[in-house]
Amino acid sequence: MTRTHPRVGPLVARTAAAPLDVDALLDDPGTGIIVCCGSGGVGKTTTSAALALRAAERGRKVVVLTIDPARRLAQSMGIEALDNTPRPVAGLVGAADHGGSLDAMMLDMKRTFDEVVEAQASPEKARQILENPFYVALSSSFAGTQEYMAMEKLGQLQRDAQAAGTYDLIVVDTPPSRSALDFLDAPERLSSFLDGRFVRLLLAPARGPARIMTAGLGLVTGALSKILGGQFITDLQTFVAALDTVFGGFRARAQQTYALLQAPGTAFLVVAAPEADALREAAYFVERLAEDRMPLAGLVVNRASPPPQGELSADEAMAAATRLRRDGASATAPLTAGLLRLHADRQRMVEREAALRERFAAAHPSVATAVVPALAGDVHDLAGLRVVGELLADQPS
Amino acid sequence: MSSDWPGVRLHVVTGKGGTGKSTVAAALALALAAQGKDVLLCEVEGRQGIARMFDVDPLPYAERRIATGLVSNGAPAGVVHALHIDAESALMEYLSMYYRLGRAGRALDRFGVIEFATTIAPGVRDVLLTGKVYEAVQRNSRNKGAIDYDAVVLDAPPTGRITPFLNVSDELAGLAKVGPIKNQADTMMTLFRSPRTAVHFVTVLEEMPVQETADGIAHLHEAGLPVGGVVVNQVRPRDLRVKDLAAARKGGLDRGAIRSDLEVAGVEVTDGLVDGLLDQARDHAIRRALEDAQRTLVKGMGVPSYELPRLSAGIDLGSLYELAAALRDQGMA
Ligand SMILES: Nc1ncnc2c1ncn2[C@@H]1O[C@H](COP(=O)(O)OP(=O)(O)OP(=O)(O)O)[C@@H](O)[C@H]1O
Ligand SMILES: Nc1ncnc2c1ncn2[C@@H]1O[C@H](COP(=O)(O)OP(=O)(O)OP(=O)(O)O)[C@@H](O)[C@H]1O
Ligand SMILES: [Mg+2]
Ligand SMILES: [Mg+2]
Repeated sequence: MTRTHPRVGPLVARTAAAPLDVDALLDDPGTGIIVCCGSGGVGKTTTSAALALRAAERGRKVVVLTIDPARRLAQSMGIEALDNTPRPVAGLVGAADHGGSLDAMMLDMKRTFDEVVEAQASPEKARQILENPFYVALSSSFAGTQEYMAMEKLGQLQRDAQAAGTYDLIVVDTPPSRSALDFLDAPERLSSFLDGRFVRLLLAPARGPARIMTAGLGLVTGALSKILGGQFITDLQTFVAALDTVFGGFRARAQQTYALLQAPGTAFLVVAAPEADALREAAYFVERLAEDRMPLAGLVVNRASPPPQGELSADEAMAAATRLRRDGASATAPLTAGLLRLHADRQRMVEREAALRERFAAAHPSVATAVVPALAGDVHDLAGLRVVGELLADQPS
Repeated sequence: MSSDWPGVRLHVVTGKGGTGKSTVAAALALALAAQGKDVLLCEVEGRQGIARMFDVDPLPYAERRIATGLVSNGAPAGVVHALHIDAESALMEYLSMYYRLGRAGRALDRFGVIEFATTIAPGVRDVLLTGKVYEAVQRNSRNKGAIDYDAVVLDAPPTGRITPFLNVSDELAGLAKVGPIKNQADTMMTLFRSPRTAVHFVTVLEEMPVQETADGIAHLHEAGLPVGGVVVNQVRPRDLRVKDLAAARKGGLDRGAIRSDLEVAGVEVTDGLVDGLLDQARDHAIRRALEDAQRTLVKGMGVPSYELPRLSAGIDLGSLYELAAALRDQGMA
């Protein structure tokens, strides 16, 4: 397939990004963790699963942590059970010959959270926490809980892998959030919440300088009770007091996982659709990784419109379609006119996407990029994942 | 052309992430703001998507005029205002409208209580956001000089969160069992459950978003919330006739005939070009078959559906009007 061909106009001076060498990344024994981030719906789950499969079939011992995969994809990987444990994936090709293997799992957010509480608190305390209405709200819908639990699970997998030597590569999918940054912000958000003024106030109302604040606290709890009802404050105080014992553990784990993400064995891949919003998110994310000194492997532009063959421009194709509709007498004229309009549409998409990619590359010239064309069909089985894996690896150099 | 939703004052637009909720909400607001009607377009997710689409400065917590509506049959258009709702401002406004909290109000802010309460209890956050939306529909007499809108369009949270978001009294039930907030939530529910509200879903013709739409509709029904229509967004051009699709899929199109048509059309024909056109035809036919299967599922959902084309040049202000006209022509507004 020809990927680029001569163009005229503003696209001539194209700033091409360096191609991403996916196989080198997968084959490098130093790569221990690959995290696929990106905004909603761009193909994070598909990319993670495709990379994991390719790595396994090339000889790595891989586990992939997926989050909310499409039903048919989960079925084809044998992980629709949702038991929060990695399960071996059947149907690999050639993996065994190379010593590779693939386990997959689907994250159960609430269960992971419950397990953290149970691991940190006495059974009595744990029960108190798990039953508190604030915990129920927090563990099922706190903005960032899913991200935080994905990190927690990654930490667990990594500790288990090191202890038992079961895996030498962990591929992590991230939750369908608005922004890729949510994944990195989640632990911080949780600890700043736990460190928040009001939480400290509820915990230590009568100590030291807080004494002056106590008057303020009375005022505040009074106001809250007035608006939210007295039970609210009671439940809240019970919850905060119960959580107090496990705060330390929470924070320590979050910090450990964060450090893991900064380690040289970790590689972030930013997945984006060839759209303005997704690429803008990707750019924020790339900048943020640099600030946090986290290792970026590259950008995956997924579901790109495949460039059409031939030298026919969009405008020429539309003009020809119009002429054909007017002058064409053959039975196939409407078909051919339709083909020309499809060609024009594709050509316009390709040009717009190329301009968007070019803009990204101009601002972030050092980010290696892989472009994966949109497949005509869905990706819902191992064969589809294998195709995506090949497309990921097959970048023009 | 009459609208499918004549009695609806509150249009809630939800859908899977990235399918086009903000785009459709904006187009719907423009379409509703025809014939002198005033429309408010609200967003609640703190993303400033409206400002970006309409190319204006980030919106404050105040109703700002952002566009004139779609001109329809020569009648003068109405005006679209926009409002960016955040939970903290909504709470402060609520407190000042209902309570003279004075020092306590400021203390709430100073101690980070508002942030705390809205973080730990998402239900509290939601009731504040929906509370403001409610106030925009059902103006509070204490809000002096406020505009009475003919319709309010909400660019809402995604499908997975929409039912708890609107079902505020249930969501609060475990947390605030009594008190004014609870009462307020109950009052809001009477609007959200009434035929004056419609929750529309945006989807694209792919498996996951369509499945999520079906699940979302079922959840709304269970919660007694009114389901509106389904907007199928980003529909690919349908330039091939049905009878040609099967042949295209099997690679059975008549190459020679296409070649001579191209010559008639004055195109400089190369083998590469013909191969390319045939490849595109096959891809297109495969995609169309998948889309048609999803479209059948959408039609089977038992609610009105509307289709918007995928605009290959992307979305700008002009294309929002184009989409608005398409919604109006199909009777959504
Ligand atoms: N290259 C591709 N060609 C065709 N279809 C694709 C491609 N990549 C992904 N898809 C399809 O796009 C849809 C969304 O992909 P996926 O679920 O991987 O996205 P995601 O980023 O994980 O989404 P979410 O944010 O909802 O988790 C799926 O139906 C998938 O099959
Ligand atoms: N009909 C269309 N034709 C072409 N592009 C479109 C169309 N509808 C939406 N888009 C583009 O798709 C992207 C997503 O649209 P939009 O932001 O409206 O979705 P959303 O559902 O609000 O996303 P989010 O979940 O992030 O809020 C945007 O880049 C938008 O310009
Ligand atoms: Mg996903
Ligand atoms: Mg949006």
